Amino acid sequence: MRPFYGTQLTNGFMLGTAQYPSPAILADAFTRSGASVATVSLRRESGQDRAGQDFWELIKDLGVHVLPNTAGCHSVKEAVTTAHMAREVFDTKWIKLEVIGEEDTLQPDVFGLVDAARILTEDGFQVFPYTTEDLVVADKLLHAGCEVLMPWGAPIGSGLGLNNIFGLRAMRAHFPDVPLVIDAGLGLPSQAAAAMELGFDAVLLNTAVAKAGDPAAMAEAFAIAIKAGQLAQAADPMEPRDMASPSTPVIGKAFLQ
Amino acid sequence: MRLQLNGEPIDVRVTTLADLITAEGLGDAKIATAVNGVFVPATVRAQHALSTGDTVEILAPMQGG
Repeated sequence: MRPFYGTQLTNGFMLGTAQYPSPAILADAFTRSGASVATVSLRRESGQDRAGQDFWELIKDLGVHVLPNTAGCHSVKEAVTTAHMAREVFDTKWIKLEVIGEEDTLQPDVFGLVDAARILTEDGFQVFPYTTEDLVVADKLLHAGCEVLMPWGAPIGSGLGLNNIFGLRAMRAHFPDVPLVIDAGLGLPSQAAAAMELGFDAVLLNTAVAKAGDPAAMAEAFAIAIKAGQLAQAADPMEPRDMASPSTPVIGKAFLQ
Repeated sequence: MRLQLNGEPIDVRVTTLADLITAEGLGDAKIATAVNGVFVPATVRAQHALSTGDTVEILAPMQGG
């Protein structure tokens, strides 16, 4: 697996921390997933409930890499400010950069994304941009200083899987040395396996696990699928063909008519 | 003076951002701050004077995807 800004992860599973039925189920899901990265966010804190402080204790105990996001940001300024706040709170240069441009699909505003990525990389951040599979945008993000790309599989929380497998395959082919992560849209482990079979380095998901009837079991299912897909990709899959080709040898077949 | 703290109006008797954080019971908390939309690092909170009408955001770790 390609390293992420010099960090070699133990596996290609990045798991979100939102929407779980309880903190205990969140912790179970992470234990059974073996995920190497947890995505987190920043929200308003009050002195009364101190919810963020309790959550931080839980995350520290998971023993994983922390990837803060700029979820919900719709402008460059908002995303950049949020990134600065996240760097201070989480003590990491990593930032999952989201600049949302469309409310129904949560599609990235790719123009703002490139601008924010440039500002942040010049300021020492290691940016994980949530983007589309558009190759032109990808190229601009790399020129802006990004060393990782995170194209969507499908709209956030949709569970639709890999909507544009041709575009994702093209992205893998165009940028063979860039670590690529499928971020968003996965609903089933088979879709994660497909992403890894395409040669992606990791998948990032949340809702598919958190909203499953048994989140911990689903987390483990995704972990197995990710590993299977990665193993299959490394094993150099056969080329598909249009017509049948007998797998049993024809030579030596008995004449029995 | 009257401020907006995390979107709510609040009347406080403080002079700096650090004072406000202490008054809110978050002096020891893992938080990040912004005033009027601009990030204020922890190292300068004690020197950052607040004025009536300022908008203060205090953020902490939270669940995210």
